[in-house]
Amino acid sequence: MFSRDMIALMVQGLWETLYMTILSTAAAYALGLPIGLLLVVTDADGIKPNTAVNRIVGTIVNLLRSVPFIILLVFVLPLTRLIVGTTIGSTATIVPLVIAAAPFVARMVESSVKEVDRGVIEASLSMGASTMQVVLKVLLPEAKPSLLVGAAIATTTVLSYSAMSGFVGGGGLGTIAINYGYYRSQTDVMLVMVVILILVVQGFQEIGNRISKRSDKRIRQQ
Amino acid sequence: MRENTIIEIKNLTKTFGEGDGSVVALEGISLEIGQGEIFGIIGLSGAGKSTLVRCMNLLERPNAGSVVVDGKEMTSLSERELRRARQSIGMIFQNFNLLMQRTALENVCFPLELTGTPRRECASRARELLSTVGLSDKEQAYPAQLSGGQQQRVAIARALATGPKVLLCDEATSALDPTTTQSILALLKELNQKLGVTVVIITHEMRVIEQICNRVAIIANSHIEEIGAVDEVFRRPKSEAAKKLLFPRGESTAAFTGKGRFYRVTFDGDSAEHPVIADMVLRFGAPVNIVFADTKTIGGRMFGHMILQFPEDQAMAERMLAFLDSENLRYTEEEFNV
Repeated sequence: MFSRDMIALMVQGLWETLYMTILSTAAAYALGLPIGLLLVVTDADGIKPNTAVNRIVGTIVNLLRSVPFIILLVFVLPLTRLIVGTTIGSTATIVPLVIAAAPFVARMVESSVKEVDRGVIEASLSMGASTMQVVLKVLLPEAKPSLLVGAAIATTTVLSYSAMSGFVGGGGLGTIAINYGYYRSQTDVMLVMVVILILVVQGFQEIGNRISKRSDKRIRQQ
Repeated sequence: MRENTIIEIKNLTKTFGEGDGSVVALEGISLEIGQGEIFGIIGLSGAGKSTLVRCMNLLERPNAGSVVVDGKEMTSLSERELRRARQSIGMIFQNFNLLMQRTALENVCFPLELTGTPRRECASRARELLSTVGLSDKEQAYPAQLSGGQQQRVAIARALATGPKVLLCDEATSALDPTTTQSILALLKELNQKLGVTVVIITHEMRVIEQICNRVAIIANSHIEEIGAVDEVFRRPKSEAAKKLLFPRGESTAAFTGKGRFYRVTFDGDSAEHPVIADMVLRFGAPVNIVFADTKTIGGRMFGHMILQFPEDQAMAERMLAFLDSENLRYTEEEFNV
């Protein structure tokens, strides 16, 4: 149905997509996880309430979250050129992806960590835990199952963003779908790209859910 | 200050919120708890008792007053000093508050990890403690696999891991069924005797206080209404709050109609075992109506009280009261809206 070249191109696209997605998500967590934790800790109900820090960080996160990704993509082009040296290709796309995903990740982490029972935190404080100990020994381990589900959601969001970057030559499956499916009206190519994207999203989500479920000790093991 | 005082609170005040919306949780609280005591703090919900116990380890910072635990003024400690002080004050909770992603053993290890104890030492100490609370076979179980009573035992083991001098119990048995409550209270008493740990118990249940406390403070409307030895307070309650807690007016009294006057007769020690009321009825040949009765064993002695409706005949009622006097029973007239 497709030429050998076309299939090679698709495989290449899939690889680029996975590369962009995984690297960007990892980098987004490196930034977003501490920011999310900072938001929880400095919250009015948190263990170290700090209204000023909480407001400032919260506002920055909201600002970045409110810019549509396609606009952000174009907006950060100069920064991308500065960091990567080019604005085209999958590596260049990682820059806007991280900038868009980090605040999203921060909010995901925040909501997961806020699920941790207030009483458990109080108990650990009563035992003399420091703020850092509460974060590392209580908040993160107790929120782990929820954080893992969040990570799966974040990964699939980054994946769909990465496909969007096809419009500005971002590489990956999105670029193929746009170049062939949209500009050259090869609907079949576009369809195949969409199907592959669906499968990849399903895969990530499924893996995330399974790991989360297996790690959760709140479920009675028979 | 008495000798061997381990907790001393003076003029403690705690308010929540600021300005017009502020709520006074505690006001002018002063109390002393001796080393090795089992001290009860009882009050209805909203009375401020949970706030009071949280002021003892400064989970809540009082607005005014002093809190001295084991010779340290808690309110003036630096953050680091406060964390260290908290390590010698154990605490257990109504909802156990175990780490759900850790096994029983790892939960007990937790406070030791906080102090930087080597891992191997943590585990051996935790094993010892789990066996003390009777859960040696549940080391590897996660909290979700344990019953409420078992979870509270793990929590007790965890609270004792750092060898605290004080164990604060915040409604520790309120989420448990009566049988489990008994076993947890028995365990607390045993630990108190074996380890000499001072136990502070917050509860809204009289039963808990009766069973294991030496002294009790009754707290209502942000104040301590009454404080003293448990049998003293229960036998001769002075404050309204104490009477309310001790003699809750049953709903059944409202349904009772009749014209005779009501008296509340209080029994103490020996007289509860001697059938005074039956004797009285037989002697005067006139019935009395028992509206409400309750007896309990406090410190191995029987105490109780009854609300009796005496005959309408005033002369007869007077003679009966005289009889009660001769038996050394104390009584007070009660008003009922019937």
